[in-house]
Amino acid sequence: MHKNNKTSFFKSVWAIVWKDLAAELRSRELMTAMLMFAVLVILIFNFALDLNPNIQKEVTPGILWVTFVFAGTLGLNRSMAVEKDRGCLDGLLLAPVDRNAIYFGKMIGNLLFMLIIEAIVIPLYSILYNMNLFNPGLLLTILLGSIGYAAVGTLLSSMAVHTRTRDVLLPILLFPVVLPVLITAVQASGAYLAGQDFEYISNSIYILITYDVIFLAIAYMVFDFVVEE
Amino acid sequence: MKEKPIGLTILNVISVILLGISLYMSLVFAPVEVNMGNVQRIFYTHVSVGWLGMIGFLLALVAGILYLVTGKKRWDIIGVAGVEVGLVFCFLNIISGSVWAKATWNTWWIWEPRLITATIMELIYIAYIMLRQSIDEPDRRARFGAIYAIVGFVSVPLTFLSIRIWNTIHPVVIASGDAGADTGMNMTDNMQKAFFFALFTFTVIGVTLLWHRIRLGFLSDKIEQLKMKMVE
Repeated sequence: MHKNNKTSFFKSVWAIVWKDLAAELRSRELMTAMLMFAVLVILIFNFALDLNPNIQKEVTPGILWVTFVFAGTLGLNRSMAVEKDRGCLDGLLLAPVDRNAIYFGKMIGNLLFMLIIEAIVIPLYSILYNMNLFNPGLLLTILLGSIGYAAVGTLLSSMAVHTRTRDVLLPILLFPVVLPVLITAVQASGAYLAGQDFEYISNSIYILITYDVIFLAIAYMVFDFVVEE
Repeated sequence: MKEKPIGLTILNVISVILLGISLYMSLVFAPVEVNMGNVQRIFYTHVSVGWLGMIGFLLALVAGILYLVTGKKRWDIIGVAGVEVGLVFCFLNIISGSVWAKATWNTWWIWEPRLITATIMELIYIAYIMLRQSIDEPDRRARFGAIYAIVGFVSVPLTFLSIRIWNTIHPVVIASGDAGADTGMNMTDNMQKAFFFALFTFTVIGVTLLWHRIRLGFLSDKIEQLKMKMVE
């Protein structure tokens, strides 16, 4: 019986992830918007900072993370607004599944969207600025940072969607909470790009992992109360 | 309508007296610090208000958890009081630190871990107030406030530990072992007396303010209920 519960939990998580992916594959609304936005952010940085090869190397981790975070906010806002506007959220809540399966489903969906955007932006940035970003350490940092971001972002966006000022409120709620993750991720990314040894970076990586675990654990414990009617 | 409790009036008076004594102790009684001179005296207040800010946020965390568990309205009122009092004291902490920094580091502000984490903490709890303001239903407001107080509290231990995790020029007061050996303050006896007295004083002031704020919360809740009755 216990094992059955477990499999049904993973099944429902997967069902929700698949639902989001299928909807996105058919409409391509969100990915196009996120991608356009990401490219525009890089473009704006290019001119705002007057990027030349000298300074560009130093600011690359910052530009990448700001791009991911801003594009990610678009995705988070959208992914919950869609559920709310068309009454899908009520349908999801009525379904006989563990509420946490809904959280993890949405969270994995959001994470996947972010990772897809990152998988497009990184090679694009490498080409535009003639810089090799395919560094395993950097990719690990991006993965860990995105997990933390999606974990707390999904929780807060499901709260923000119920407020009067929802789209405006999400970044205000999310950014200060996620800033330590962002700062650590930028530091670690910069260190990896500068080719430092792991012993200098390990601290940042451990902090990122700690944040991921803390955010996932808190979300797991309180998500029930977010969707309670 | 309940009269103002006598205990609260007594605490008001005690707070004022203690504040007077504490100011005397930190401004006159404590000796001049060798390296920094008189400006170091702001430290007694600076640390005390910072400590109190964190206590306010801790109270909001505990009240948030208790609200989610019990669903009792009183924990919501206590949680808001904790956040508001915490916000005020953290702001005082940042301002007093800034004054000290101007004298010691010769700049009002530098971007170093303690100042950054303290600012993040302040921003989180301002966001908490904004979150509450944009929700109309009282139950949902209380529930979301409690959740955000729990999520946001992650920033508080980070702020406390920031000067111990990262290398920073911010002095470490409560140093353990060699961690603060080079930057830690070596307080003389009289300095310690002034410091602990200031800590005690501001704790009493904090409790007094919290009581006031919680009482205010209950009163405004009562007014809401009376208004609802009028409408019916």
